[in-house]
Order: sequence, then C-alpha cells, then structure tokens
Amino acid sequence: MSILVVAEVSSGKLRKTTLNAVTFARNLAAKRGDTVAIAVLGSSVGDAAKEAAAYAPVHVVDSPALANYVAGTFAKAVADLANAVGATAVAGTSSTFTRDLLPRVAARLGAGMVSEVMAITPDGKFKRPMWAGNVIATVEVRTPKAVFTVRGTEFGPADPLGTPGSVTQANVSVTDDGKAKVVGFAPTVSTRPDLTEAKVVVSGGRGLKDKEGFRILEPLADLFGAAIGATRAVVDAGIVPNDLQVGQTGKVVAPNLYFAIALSGAIQHIAGMKGSKVIVAINKDGEAPIFSVADYGLVADAFKAVPELVEEIRRARS
Amino acid sequence: MKILVTAKRVTDPDAKIRVKPDGTGIETAGLEYKLNPFCENAVEAAVSIAEKVGGTEVVAVTIGNDEAVNNLRTALAMGAERGIHVKCDEWQIDSDIVARILAKVFEREKPDLFILGKQAVDGDSNQVGQLVAEYLGLPQACFASRIEVGQGKVTVTREVDGGLETLELALPALITADLRLNTPRLPTLPNVLKAKRKPVQALTPAELGVDMAVKVATVAYEAPPQRKGGVKVKTVQELVEKLKNEAKVL
Repeated sequence: MSILVVAEVSSGKLRKTTLNAVTFARNLAAKRGDTVAIAVLGSSVGDAAKEAAAYAPVHVVDSPALANYVAGTFAKAVADLANAVGATAVAGTSSTFTRDLLPRVAARLGAGMVSEVMAITPDGKFKRPMWAGNVIATVEVRTPKAVFTVRGTEFGPADPLGTPGSVTQANVSVTDDGKAKVVGFAPTVSTRPDLTEAKVVVSGGRGLKDKEGFRILEPLADLFGAAIGATRAVVDAGIVPNDLQVGQTGKVVAPNLYFAIALSGAIQHIAGMKGSKVIVAINKDGEAPIFSVADYGLVADAFKAVPELVEEIRRARS
Repeated sequence: MKILVTAKRVTDPDAKIRVKPDGTGIETAGLEYKLNPFCENAVEAAVSIAEKVGGTEVVAVTIGNDEAVNNLRTALAMGAERGIHVKCDEWQIDSDIVARILAKVFEREKPDLFILGKQAVDGDSNQVGQLVAEYLGLPQACFASRIEVGQGKVTVTREVDGGLETLELALPALITADLRLNTPRLPTLPNVLKAKRKPVQALTPAELGVDMAVKVATVAYEAPPQRKGGVKVKTVQELVEKLKNEAKVL
C-alpha cells in the first residue's frame, strides 16, 4: 500500500512546499509499513517530475488537458491515479491549491479527509486545529482510504533519498468536462521569498494606515531577506495583495523571527503566527493582545521605532 | 435564476473558546452564536445578484439543532426569501455529512448557483463546498473575491497563492466566498421583523436519505500549548541588544 503525495508545480518547477507533505507521508508510512510516492500532474512537467524523484518514486500524469489547473479535472486524475497505484492515502501540503483540490479527491475515493494536520498520534490518529487554533482536536479516520492537507509549519521539508526514485508515466486518461475554464491570472509580483518559506517575516497592521505607511517595513525586511505579511484589515483595505494575509484563513507561518508591527493581534491573526520561534511586537497601545504572545514587546509609535530599529540593527551587525 | 446559499451557525468568532477539562468538547455555557462570517459574504453575494438580476430567488439553508433557525433568520433578514433547516445534532457530524446533506438539498431545489462560505470559523476544515461540487459534478470556484453573472455562465475571480485567478463556469455552478467578496449588509429592523414571517422548511437527514455515519470522528479536544508572553523592552536599543545577545537572531 502506498501514500501518494500530490506535488505542487508552478511554472514547470516543483514547489518546495511539496517536501513538507513528503515528510508527513514518510512518518505515516513508517507507522503503517506503507511506501511513499509522489504524483506530479500537469502539462510538460518532466522537469518537476525529475526534481520530485529525488524524494520518492514519482507517478506522472502529463496531459495538455492539465495545462491550467481546474479542480474537477485534476481531482479525477488524482483519484484515478490513486486507484491505479493502490494508494490508501493522498496528502498535500496545505495551500490554496491543495485546499481547493483534495476534498474533491476525497469525495471521489469515498475517503475521510483531515484538513491542516499538525501531528500523527502514536495510535494513528491525527491532530488538527479548530476555532482559529484555540482548540486542538484529535480525529480518527473511519474509512479505508484517507486524504490529508498538512501544515507545512509542523512537518519540515524532506531530505532527498540516497538514490533517486523512478519516474513512471501513469496510465490515467484525462478528460476535461469543459464546465470550468481559466480566463485570467493576475500574479502578485514580488521579489521577496514566499511567506510560508521565509526564515524571517515582517508583518504590518492597520496602524500603518496606508500604502505609504506600509513602506516603512521594506528596509527592515531587506535587512533579513524577509517576507512581508499583513493582517486581514490591511488586505481588506487593499494596501497589500490577498496572499500576504497571515492568520486563520490566510497563511500559517512559523519563521525563526516574526516582527508584528502596528498590529493589535486579533485571535485570527495570532492563529497564523504563534508558532514563530521569536516574536517581536511594536505597537503604541501597551494593552494590545499581541504583547501576550510576543517574546519582546516595545510600546512605541512604529513610524518612529521601525526606522530607528533598522539603523540599530545595521550598527549592531557592523 | 435561483441561488442557494449556506447559513451556518457558529460560535461568536471573537469569543474566547475554552476546552472542557475532560477534553470531550468545548465549554458552551455563555457562548453566543452568530452566522458564520464567510456565509455572510455568501448571502450578501446572492442577495446583491438578486437585486441586479430580476426574478432571482435566494434560498438559504442551515444544518443544525433547533437554535440554528435563529442564524438562518439572519440570512432571511439580509434578503433571502425562504429558508431550509435540516435538523440534526451539529456536534455529531463531519464535513462529509454536511456535504451530502447539501447535495441532496441542491438536487431538490435545482438552483443555478450555489454559494457557500469558504469555511466555517469553528471547524476550519474548508472542505464542504469542494465536496458538494464533486458529489454533484459541478464546476467550482473557491475563495471568490468577485462574482459576475452572465448568460448561462458566471465569471469568478478567486484568491489563490501567488495572485488572483479568474474562472468562467458554466451554470449550474458552485462558489465559495472569501472575505474580500463584499461587505455584508447589516439587516435593518424592519427586515429582521419581516424575516420572522418568511417560510422555513424543516427537514431531517433521514427525509433526505443521508447516511449519518461519519468518515472522520473528532475524539478529543485540547487547548493548544500556551505561548508565554515575554518581556517588554523600553527602547529600540534594548530590543536590538536582546535580539543580538539573548535571542541571537541578528
């Protein structure tokens, strides 16, 4: 029996976040005596398949009908592949891609699905967050097959195998029912690392007021090669793109260092960043809830403190 | 056209949730319940389409115990014309049962559009819309931030990692609402009163022919490890000194 990890492919390349689900799958496989394989789907994805094979044997479904991601088409291909290779579990690292796709795969397989897995318990159950991470539930899957999205913050990226795995073209026919088509994509243009992959994250809140105000975070982020994040209020106000939202319904991050600047710390935001190793909060309201989770809190006006912080860090490093 | 929307009852999104000492659930005493914020976006989207496209009927559906009707009435007060209440113990079901119930309701109502909240802020599973779409073979657009209804189709912009994607779906279609989709209206008092007289049909899972065996059972609840607050520093200099020498992150 095997556990199939669904790879995420972007512009023909394997997304690194795939490797976190490989770790989850290896842990689960070790418990059950299963094997791990990776599913790479798309059009002309040979390079991504080769990259993925460094971590596990790969099954490729390569078809022009998979050039654009459409949930229904991909779900059928993944489920057919899972059946063809005898997979009892399908997993992916939580992202908008896997959240969109994997429930449909579960429906096709008649499988129970667990979202946002944080841990596997010794007796083979799973831990997952509910209520914005204020409750951790233990859940049991009661179907022979199971589908998972897993939190990248809880499972580190997998190491490559000593010898790369095989790459097999899967015998799965792909059909597009034509009911959905992609008619546009407006990419977020950024030179910064992906939020979920960054070692340092600098996040701002409504206290920064507007686009102009938000720019004070740039020099601080530059010092660390950091990703920039934001609260829901900032995203709602159109100050930054939606995929920079950190929180319950946005990205969940756990960097080595997290700067929370001029944000109060609503429970929905804290749910997305409380796993960070070191949290620094700067807010002019000394009562802001963010201080209750921060390792270092500074009660100050961000517009003054942040430029000063940039200067002091430069000095401390020289 | 006809639009079906979800109206899930959830614990107040801003309430502090505590786990029972024996780990069998959460403390519900004194908790208030609200309409799931993402369902509010879904209802708002449906009602505003109805305001633009003449002859549109909006039907709201909820699943849960007797009190869930209160939250269904919120959707009716926002402008949905009638409600469907599928009665069951909301603590004993999983996302898959919810999806199979909703799929049955869809088959009865035959709407052109089904708009759901992208997730419920209690369970946080983010599965139901996608499951329903697969069970019914519908095209889906999840995490929608913009909806435009056209002739026999709907164009939806969705929030995905890396940007905004626009999909064109043939009707009937399923959409899950994200927070940027709109700003839900606050029901006016006259509309709240009017909502009390709007028809609500009560159904049971048995009447819909839904098997109530869960695929995923929640067997225990615990509080997450508490993160201890650290220290407050007085100056930027002190902060940098600590980051350098204590946390060693510079």
